[in-house]
Amino acid sequence: MAKHHEDDKKKGDSGNTKEDAIEVMATVIEPLPNAMFRVELENKHQVLAHVSGKMRKNFIRILAGDKVAVELSPYDLTRGRIVYRYK
Amino acid sequence: MAIHLRSADELEKMHRAGLIVWDVLNALRQLVKPGLSTMDLEKFAEQKIAGVSGKPAFKGYRGYPCVLCTSVNSEIVHGIPSPKRVLREGDIVSVDFGMVVDGYYADSAVTIPVGSIAPELQKLLDVTREGLDRAIDKMRVGNRLGDVGHAVQSWVEENGFSVVREFVGHGIGTKMHDEPNLPNYGEPGRGARLQEGMVIAVEPMVNAGKPAVRMRDEWTAETADGSPSAHFEHTIAVTASGPWILTRPRDVTGPSW
Repeated sequence: MAKHHEDDKKKGDSGNTKEDAIEVMATVIEPLPNAMFRVELENKHQVLAHVSGKMRKNFIRILAGDKVAVELSPYDLTRGRIVYRYK
Repeated sequence: MAIHLRSADELEKMHRAGLIVWDVLNALRQLVKPGLSTMDLEKFAEQKIAGVSGKPAFKGYRGYPCVLCTSVNSEIVHGIPSPKRVLREGDIVSVDFGMVVDGYYADSAVTIPVGSIAPELQKLLDVTREGLDRAIDKMRVGNRLGDVGHAVQSWVEENGFSVVREFVGHGIGTKMHDEPNLPNYGEPGRGARLQEGMVIAVEPMVNAGKPAVRMRDEWTAETADGSPSAHFEHTIAVTASGPWILTRPRDVTGPSW
């Protein structure tokens, strides 16, 4: 019985890690090179976060002290993705 | 997600399953004639394996209802046997069958002419079978998966036919579908290197027309342009002394089918 090429993708978890992310509030502490930021989460953890592609595309600037929404990967809780900057 | 290497002992177990598969497919090759329905083939296969140790591999696999896949003419693979599908003189029917014995799988397929068939159809069968032979010959230690796929693709396209992209050969062992995937196309020198103990179900699926596939139902894949399609398959172990066809007796030599 031939194997369907797509079968591998359907197995197990959705495979789309962006959907599994945990979204939390955070405050930017310091900007780092390569559009990375050190941010402090509400629970006082500090994580390294980069700016999401959508925000970069729309030139949303981020400064130290900004309130932001960060998505954390369930696989690596020390890194995140900034998905929103609050005004 | 790694490619399993099988011990000599494991290969023997798969060979035991393979011999049953060979028996059933060979008997079906003798049996097929105009007027039989694909369900008749299914019933025959069920009876044939009633006494043997082991279980049919397909029945219940992801909800597949039968022990055989019977794909007639423009159906490529995974046609479900039906009493309404009656074979007519000049048809071709691809019969795909697998067994699991002691937890080890073997999988094989052959496309059978019904009565006498048109010369173009015979050529399609010959080219596909030869494609399988060429692929098997590449199943040697040190070659790469791309070499095997390329052997099929270049031969088939040279003859004016096309290879199906949506379905692929597959590693086989304690699962029916295992790592790695073996597409029937590829570039020489690409892909994983073959090592002693790897077991792969090599299965060229060749369309007389374009490669595009359409799903008729959840299982049945047919050619989008309605052209006929052929399918030959063996379960092949890579050994130090060359490819070993697990789905036929050791003393049978010559072409794969």
